[in-house]
Amino acid sequence: MTIAIKETKVSQSIHSKTLNKTKTIAKVDRKDAKLALAHMYVAFIALFIGGLCGLLQVLVRSGKFQLPWGIGYYQVLTVHGVLLGLVLTTFFAMGFHTAAVSRTCGAYSDSQRKLGWVGFSIMTIGTTAAAIMVLLNEASVLFTFYAPLQAHWIFYAGIALVVVGSWILALMQGLRFAQWKRENKGQVTPLLSFMVIINNLMWTVATIGAAAVVLFQLIPWSIGWVERIDILLSRTLFWYFGHALVYFWLLPAYMVWYVAIPKIIGGKIFSDALARLAFILFLLLSIPVGIHHQLTEPGIDAFWKFLQVTLTMFVVVPSLMTAFSLFATFELRGRELGSKGIFGWFKNLPWNDCRFLLPFIGMVAFIPGGAGGIVNASYQMNQLIHNTIWVTGHFHLTAATTVVLTYFGAAFWLIPHLTGRKLTKRINNMAITGGILWTVGMIIMSGAMHIAGLFGAPRRSEYSTYGGSEQAAEWISYQIAQAVGGTILFVAILVILGVIINLLWYGPKGDEEFPVAEVAEGAAKTPMILENFKVWGVVLVALILIAYTVPIFDILTNSPLGSVGYPHLIGR
Amino acid sequence: MHLHKYEKWWLTFGTAILVVFLVVVGVTAVHGSTHPNQSKWTINYEEVDTIAPFDNPGVHKVEGKDWDYEVVLVASAFNYNPMEIEIPVGSKVKFIATTKDVIHGFQVAGTNINMMLEPGYVSQYVTTVDKVGEFTIVCNEYCGIGHAMMYSTLKVVE
Repeated sequence: MTIAIKETKVSQSIHSKTLNKTKTIAKVDRKDAKLALAHMYVAFIALFIGGLCGLLQVLVRSGKFQLPWGIGYYQVLTVHGVLLGLVLTTFFAMGFHTAAVSRTCGAYSDSQRKLGWVGFSIMTIGTTAAAIMVLLNEASVLFTFYAPLQAHWIFYAGIALVVVGSWILALMQGLRFAQWKRENKGQVTPLLSFMVIINNLMWTVATIGAAAVVLFQLIPWSIGWVERIDILLSRTLFWYFGHALVYFWLLPAYMVWYVAIPKIIGGKIFSDALARLAFILFLLLSIPVGIHHQLTEPGIDAFWKFLQVTLTMFVVVPSLMTAFSLFATFELRGRELGSKGIFGWFKNLPWNDCRFLLPFIGMVAFIPGGAGGIVNASYQMNQLIHNTIWVTGHFHLTAATTVVLTYFGAAFWLIPHLTGRKLTKRINNMAITGGILWTVGMIIMSGAMHIAGLFGAPRRSEYSTYGGSEQAAEWISYQIAQAVGGTILFVAILVILGVIINLLWYGPKGDEEFPVAEVAEGAAKTPMILENFKVWGVVLVALILIAYTVPIFDILTNSPLGSVGYPHLIGR
Repeated sequence: MHLHKYEKWWLTFGTAILVVFLVVVGVTAVHGSTHPNQSKWTINYEEVDTIAPFDNPGVHKVEGKDWDYEVVLVASAFNYNPMEIEIPVGSKVKFIATTKDVIHGFQVAGTNINMMLEPGYVSQYVTTVDKVGEFTIVCNEYCGIGHAMMYSTLKVVE
């Protein structure tokens, strides 16, 4: 094995309860650390600017505040969605993936790492290009960029570059994984790397849809090479990608839950095989489900909508498996520490450790988040909440709480691990404060969004009284509550950024662990079928063909006159 | 693969609930005819004003159909035609709507009357209006700078 794992002594840290006084830890290669860190810089800059835009939005919608200097609400909303939905998440995921593969498979070769830098640079150039277009008000089309609202072609090209860059990073990680397999024939692959590969596989297959709509429809149409495009086709391709996109954000959080959290609390992974199976189920159920975002649209037959609803719902199975595994790990660890009674173990969890607390809050938020998701995808029930601010409330629980708090929890060890600094007691407490502020702010904001959504308040709309409508008047008090929650959330972002800045540049030098837990003794052996990507690839493609062939054939054969672009409606 | 006894119970219970749930949703959709909009009716979106029934938007009483009224509505940036719809409570209504330009939403706030309006397609939904009151119809899909100014009113009267 040609792995450059450095063995370093680490002295006692704040988590002395869970770590031995001195212990050797495996470190991510220094050069790989630089590449992973580069992603973190972009991710946290995106958090700051995107969060600031979020603050402006809730203030505008409260009706008490107007944007200065002719800045448009939808321009701000586009920045918020693109930076937090696409940039923060994709950069964090790719940075985390990069470090995770280096940590568990070993350092990248120089040529692999060069590939990684190329991918990162292309993603960053794409992000910058898209950002400039949004700032020039040439692309206020929100992060879903639905045609026939038409942005400047450079905006679409920027999005395409982000996708292409991410493919190159996925290739780098895949090459390192394949190298490990060659050098360790017949052995079970490292769990964390396996999970990265599954997530990349899902991302690659899903982004083919996004790449198709951007490269073959939007770019030629926005440059003027073609006059008209098929709107329903563009939306269907977008959502082929769109639901997998949210799982792509979620799976790095699952990696942290399955692999890092057990180690942080001093426990073991409940079952390697079940963890892999859960990831494979996520892969299979991520793509042939996109039409559940299009339930109220014309041109798609009820049968296919219902089929994709059914496939969507089966994600309940890996979700329940994950919940079981995690709480089993918690309980086993608690009992090991001497807990008594049914729930006694709960007290013995390390509540004062930010690396545990923030992801744990994320797990809890996933219970109402998942329940709301079931409502959204429930065929007829969807009609009550479709495009209301309920949906915004929903993904602020799932993406902006479950995923983001887990990312933060991971950043609290990943960044100092990469920079060679330590997470001190003081910074830990600051991080906990940030996490609690986030939780309070989100309960208020997301709660108000859910309720107002049930009353019919639309998402993605600036302050409006709708001609003095009584119903719209009822929504306004909830919009004020959203402004209160959103303001608390912005304060939380500032606190978290303070923590990140400390961990990047000011914390004391030292060694922070990259926690990777071992599998519990007595857990079942991992069947090799779970490692067979060919089998799962075939199943995935088959499911996609079953779910999408007929709907797309219908769309193509039943298509009306295509749409010209409408750049003037977005103020261009 | 070996599963822990409790985990087997947990997954069996969870999957069973899921299946029951899907059967309930499916049966109510097929037997109760509660499908969301799935209209396949296409139209030249640039000629909407000249094509029936959109050459005469408004509320029309109909005879000999499964519904009592047809509401014909045209959306364009940034308004609905008509601006006001009045229907007697208890009537069965077919909403027929389309757009003349970009994608718009059509939602009667606080109800499950909710459809996307996409250029080239006519969206349709049949329902019974069973509650008296004044409902705001909002555009719930971003359609440009005037998006939040776009509304109409549905009055359900005695």
